[in-house]
Amino acid sequence: MNIGRFWHRAPNVFGLILFAIFLAITPLWVQSNYLLSTAIFIGIAAILTLGLALLMGYAGQISLGHAAFYAMGAYTSAILTVKFAYSPWLAMALGVLITGTLAYLIGKVIFRLSGHYLALATLALGVIVFLALGEFRGLTGGPSGLPGVPQLTIGGFSFDNDVKYYYLVWAVFWLLLAFSLNVVNSRIGRALRAIHASEIAAESVGVDASRFKLRVLVLSAVYASLAGSLYVHYMRFVSPQPFDFNASVRLVVMAAVGGLASVWGAPFGAAAVILLTVLLRDTLPFFIKNASGEHTVIVYGVILVLIMIFMPEGLTSGLLKRRRWPSFRSKK
Amino acid sequence: MPDYGFGDYLQFVLSGLSTGSIYALVALGIVIIYSVTGIINLAQGEYTMLGAMFAVTFYKWGLPLPLAFAASVIVVILIGMLIERLTVKPVRSASPVTLIIITVGVSIIIRGVALLIWGATPYSLPEFTPGAPLTLFGAILSRQRLWIMGVTALVLALLYYLLERTLLGKALRACAINQTAASFMGVSPGQMSLLSFALSAALGAVAGIVIAPLTLVSYNMGLMLGLKGFVAAVIGGLVSAPGAVIGGLLLGVIESLSAGLISSGMKDAIAFLALFVVLLWRAEEVTPRLRSLLRRQSEVEG
Amino acid sequence: MNSWNGRWTGILLLCLSALLFAGCAAPAAAPEAAAPADESAGETVKIGFMAAVTGGAAFLGEPEQEAALMVQAQLAEEGITGPDGEPIDVEIIMYDTEGSGDAAIPLAKKLIEDDQVAVIVGATRSPVSLALIPVIQEAKVPFISMASSSAIVEPVEERYWVFKTPQSNIHTAPWQVRYVKEQGIDKVASLYVNNAYGEDGRDAIRQAAEEAGVEIVLEETFESSDTDMTSQLTKVKASDAGALLVTGLPPAASILTKQFRELGLDMPLVHNHGIGMKPFIDLAGVENAEGVVFPIGKMIAVDSLADDDPQKAVLQGFIKDYEAFTGNPASTFAGHAWDGLQIALAAIKTMPAGLSLEEQRAYIRDAVENMEFVGTGGVFHFSPEDHVGLSPDDVVTVRIVDGEWQYFPPEDW
Repeated sequence: MNIGRFWHRAPNVFGLILFAIFLAITPLWVQSNYLLSTAIFIGIAAILTLGLALLMGYAGQISLGHAAFYAMGAYTSAILTVKFAYSPWLAMALGVLITGTLAYLIGKVIFRLSGHYLALATLALGVIVFLALGEFRGLTGGPSGLPGVPQLTIGGFSFDNDVKYYYLVWAVFWLLLAFSLNVVNSRIGRALRAIHASEIAAESVGVDASRFKLRVLVLSAVYASLAGSLYVHYMRFVSPQPFDFNASVRLVVMAAVGGLASVWGAPFGAAAVILLTVLLRDTLPFFIKNASGEHTVIVYGVILVLIMIFMPEGLTSGLLKRRRWPSFRSKK
Repeated sequence: MPDYGFGDYLQFVLSGLSTGSIYALVALGIVIIYSVTGIINLAQGEYTMLGAMFAVTFYKWGLPLPLAFAASVIVVILIGMLIERLTVKPVRSASPVTLIIITVGVSIIIRGVALLIWGATPYSLPEFTPGAPLTLFGAILSRQRLWIMGVTALVLALLYYLLERTLLGKALRACAINQTAASFMGVSPGQMSLLSFALSAALGAVAGIVIAPLTLVSYNMGLMLGLKGFVAAVIGGLVSAPGAVIGGLLLGVIESLSAGLISSGMKDAIAFLALFVVLLWRAEEVTPRLRSLLRRQSEVEG
Repeated sequence: MNSWNGRWTGILLLCLSALLFAGCAAPAAAPEAAAPADESAGETVKIGFMAAVTGGAAFLGEPEQEAALMVQAQLAEEGITGPDGEPIDVEIIMYDTEGSGDAAIPLAKKLIEDDQVAVIVGATRSPVSLALIPVIQEAKVPFISMASSSAIVEPVEERYWVFKTPQSNIHTAPWQVRYVKEQGIDKVASLYVNNAYGEDGRDAIRQAAEEAGVEIVLEETFESSDTDMTSQLTKVKASDAGALLVTGLPPAASILTKQFRELGLDMPLVHNHGIGMKPFIDLAGVENAEGVVFPIGKMIAVDSLADDDPQKAVLQGFIKDYEAFTGNPASTFAGHAWDGLQIALAAIKTMPAGLSLEEQRAYIRDAVENMEFVGTGGVFHFSPEDHVGLSPDDVVTVRIVDGEWQYFPPEDW
């Protein structure tokens, strides 16, 4: 590794270290379980958003049914642990395997089409999986849900309170972030950016666009599956409701707000959307008398549209810079 | 499975066709906007909700039903145009992902505002011509379902006339085929984009109003109708108006038959599976075309 | 080098936002540090209230919230007194669950730890109530649910801290079955909405039908967002069912009723308690709703109740207050919230002063478990084995005649 390369990567390495320190010390001054559990939900959403941001930012594709992959991880974990007494970790791994395979099969077909058919295919997948969760009652518990999902344990250590679970979720996120940064800065990442800029041009220099897009789709599905497993072991209950169409839309919003230009945007987008909901719920009544959830929803929509119009690359980059795709040009 | 007679099968088909008419109208709106502007408009379903809601409101104010119908369509057209000016015009050149997300945001806003204005409790609209349903070879068809199919047919005829026989329609079609070439010919893509939003808002509103007496009106009725409209539009090829109509009717019948013959719980899943199958089929069909395009591209470069 | 700067600034921004999060968090975390939960609970007894004021279940959550606002206003005006005659300060803290478990869980923790409530009334939808149970059980806080699924309070050994106020479908389904049986019908079709409530209803109908020796020849579902049930109804028509039992909520239940008439089905149509709100009739249309029979709590039939019925005065009072306060007609859902809050208040009224928060919670739980309470949903006889405390006796059958609910006792069948 030469010195130039090191300096190119330094911000990421430095950022990862800073981020890890920040994550590690947060529970020291955030004592409230209300905030910690909010932080856990942000962490789970951040894992999902990270995958989606890779797909949207680097493969230029949008998934409108990402909750389906999320649900598959969640339900594989829940069903295998509750009904068949599997170890949660084994169930989690199987969830990743099943979800990844499904994403591979879908991508294999869909990426033969140019344009935004992935959006429509995933939209359909989202609806089908959601309905199937309600329909196959014997396995999934139907719309009433499946209670009694065990807590995660490792050896004799149990992730049985919010502080421990906070560390678990964010540690997983941190590892995935580091891995994603590596992917983005590798040959695959460069190929993806080339595809994003011009698929035809990339293909003509020998980049197999659909194969790279497929890899990113599988990766983002795997992230979603992991997030799903972490989610059910935290809730210890699962029902189809958190995996509906609105959930997929919310994930897209998080990815968009965080920004597609960098994987660093993911935690920011997840946190911004969730905290915005919380913040609006707490502060809006001061500005509008009798404000309720309806106002919150409207404000949320307006902010989304404004961000997309004025900072289409998301808040992270939109606030600070005006350039389109970072890093690729400067390397050569 | 119960013992079905001919009348029962006819029943499935007829009620499927009437629901399918609604899907067809929604799908047409999606196709028009997509062809002219390249935007996948996820807020299309909300126009049906707005149309129905305004019709209910005007009717409650004492307007006669036909007048309430017309007034509602006009209001929704204005809203559609306003949305285009506020959210689409400023970002005409943005990436498709950005545009999709903007339409998602718009649908969130519309739904939120509707919840604020009209509340969560559903409303009903009286049937256009109340009376006993008609019987046809053992199948029963309410008068409102006839209205739905009749109005859809009328709207299709009007749309055909507009697109094929008027200068405006020709300009719109030109813009859909090749925007750059159209603008050389003096067609303004901006105005055509506005027109496409107005048209699809009108289609959505009509769909919402005619179905309202049958299904009730609530602030969140647009979501599922919009999604079904998408399935229909994709079945029809996403850029073809006749395709959208056929896709819509087909979807309605598939749904109705699968609820009757397979499982009512899986009928929506079957509808969306149909979308998958169509995409798969199109993937097989499109690949060679893409290859030839690539070849041509490299020839040009070479 | 351009990109390089971009990355640094991105990281800077991330740190900045992290600090911002810290800023939001600090004030909320502070009071907890200042007042450890177990010390003294302070003079104010707090009740947490969570309803789905927005989201898909908002049409249920809104009346619940209004009932809570009404109770809050009455508390501010009249107040309540403890066993020693001293006034007790009671505060109701309300949050919107948005009908989502993900939103409800942090809010429940906020109520339990930051707001230090002594009891929680809440969660409009059954899955949200179910999702809250692990948190509730661990925190040892009494929870009175306003959702109907019987899984919320069963198995009761694992629901030590959980109660609920709505009737279960196991209280209403026997009436549905009994009614059709009395008409000489022994084959029925069962249609239910594809969610937790409908599933619970389907199971209750199965159980009641088996006990009564009635055969279910067809079971079908519909989605709560469905706008066309013609296919399911055609199936019913083609089957040899003699009556249709439905478990659903408006608007889907109204659409179903409309299309049931449209198809000219001439069997009895028996709904369940989910349609116990006026919009059902308006939405289905007066002529379509005509003759629909359904079991429900006594609120709807209040004027037909005997004067010595213990619920009559309570119901009349509630309906009068609610309609004066909100301007809307009272519904059983508002009643579920009112019952939950009144049960909590009844427990608080008997609570001795000077208990720690933990003791308050345990006291309220024990008090509710041993309580007999006359509410809008029935006469609750809670016990360690039964955390609903209702029975089929708290349910009456009602028939819709000329767009009005009419008391329809077995004598008139």
